[in-house]
Amino acid sequence: MSTSHSISPSASAPIYMDYQATTPVDPRVLNEMLPYFGQSFGNAASRNHAFGWNAEAAVENAREEVAKILGASSKEIVFTSGSTEAINLAMKGIVEMYGEKGRHIITCEAEHKAVLDTAKHLEKHGCEVTYLKPGRDGRTTAADVAAAMRPDTVLVAIMWANNEVGTVNDIRGIGALCKEKGAFFFTDATQAVGKIPVDVEADHVDLLCLSAHKVYGPKGVGALYVRRRNPRVRLVAQMDGGGHERGMRSGTLNVPGIVGLGAACRIAREELASETERAIALRDRLEANITSRLDHVHFNGSREHRLPGCLNLSFSYVEGESLLMGINDIAVSSGSACTSASLEPSHVLRAMDVGDELAHSSIRFGIGRFTTEAEVDYAADRLVDVVKRLRAMSPLYEMVQEGIDLSTVNWQGGH
Amino acid sequence: MAYSDKVLDHYNQPRNVGSLDKSSSKVGTGVVGAPECGDVMKLQIEVDGDRIVDAKFKTFGCGSAIASSSLATEWIKGKTLDEALEIRNTDIVQELSLPPVKIHCSVLAEDAIKAAVADFKAKAAQPKEVTKS
Repeated sequence: MSTSHSISPSASAPIYMDYQATTPVDPRVLNEMLPYFGQSFGNAASRNHAFGWNAEAAVENAREEVAKILGASSKEIVFTSGSTEAINLAMKGIVEMYGEKGRHIITCEAEHKAVLDTAKHLEKHGCEVTYLKPGRDGRTTAADVAAAMRPDTVLVAIMWANNEVGTVNDIRGIGALCKEKGAFFFTDATQAVGKIPVDVEADHVDLLCLSAHKVYGPKGVGALYVRRRNPRVRLVAQMDGGGHERGMRSGTLNVPGIVGLGAACRIAREELASETERAIALRDRLEANITSRLDHVHFNGSREHRLPGCLNLSFSYVEGESLLMGINDIAVSSGSACTSASLEPSHVLRAMDVGDELAHSSIRFGIGRFTTEAEVDYAADRLVDVVKRLRAMSPLYEMVQEGIDLSTVNWQGGH
Repeated sequence: MAYSDKVLDHYNQPRNVGSLDKSSSKVGTGVVGAPECGDVMKLQIEVDGDRIVDAKFKTFGCGSAIASSSLATEWIKGKTLDEALEIRNTDIVQELSLPPVKIHCSVLAEDAIKAAVADFKAKAAQPKEVTKS
């Protein structure tokens, strides 16, 4: 089947370097999805005719693929509308099912808002939540979790890899600890699946969520892994209805989306090694191209434990949003506050004690499957030019050149 | 966020970027904002009699902050000190079509003008010898 679909940017379109936000659908994924909008449109829950059987077969095939990339069995996969829904189902579902055993939850300040806001919701419903502070490199370790663990800890929710700085947490260590202490371990692996090896058995994970659109699949579909053996994890459903997904998530299955998720997981699994190598080479090339030409550039995150395609840098004395304005033909993200109405810089960088000034100056570069060397080189050139231009008009850079220590200045006003 | 054409124009071609000699008795310097808030503006005026003959700025901040301070220097040049003090942040908001989340940028620019004028007046009030060191 031929399509007019294209993922390569046109000459006038910006260069896409925001792969942690979302990814384009891989054309191979799209091609596998298309029949399920057309001739194979059936409802996977229809048991009486071929339309339904075809759809169900496609869903079960996708379930196998999702299970495979996690080292799980297909019966442990529940399809959802994405990670946010899976997070809500996992955290609320565990607390409702096992709340009488304990109502203490451990999570981390650097988690995605979907986890933090769900934790806040559970606090309002009688849970006690410990928010761990990550290390300066953004990492949470088993020792951090152990120090917060209590006899009534029912759930530990620590992300596999951070979406802003790409730091990979000590999942295996935390998983082993939770198993030993009898707390359920949920990990938001939205940024990790398809980027680094994930194995729910070796890593002792009880619940895990993922999202298709972060791995070159479609938006609006994701999955929750729910362990079935050793121990069997049960959840209280958050969506009532026809009892789909073994009663854990009612609602007619998004068959084309699920097919896309399955295809995306298969391709990511098959190409993990080559893609990792490529992403690391491009990421390191980008960093070298920038830091060899600019001073006062700070690396945010962990050098040792990190995702292949994520690079978060702070450019001192330059505000992030003005930097984004200057490189408006390159799509990246900033931890600066000015991009949001809250005027608060990134909660992740704040939790890491990066300092608000550097948080305001941070840029996240996302390298992905369709990033080219030419794009990386162009982005570095543009960025270096704009940082130099903005520093030439920065009063802070001027003060530093004059030898003034900015931390000793008594700043007037501000908000 | 979409920027107005005027904000883009000031961002791409900022007027009066630079510094004046802050030790000069003719120069008033205002520095407002704080790095941890993501905005610092330095606005300087050179005054002859009671008229602003030159103005320069440097700004650490978002595009709207840069545009607000650039516009402020453009407006105060040639004005008397009292006329400059009449500029309101709402005038800047209107001229640059700033959205509500960027109003603080215009407030900072108004504060920078006031701070520069106050600095100049404080210097002028001092005996001449004291400014030499």
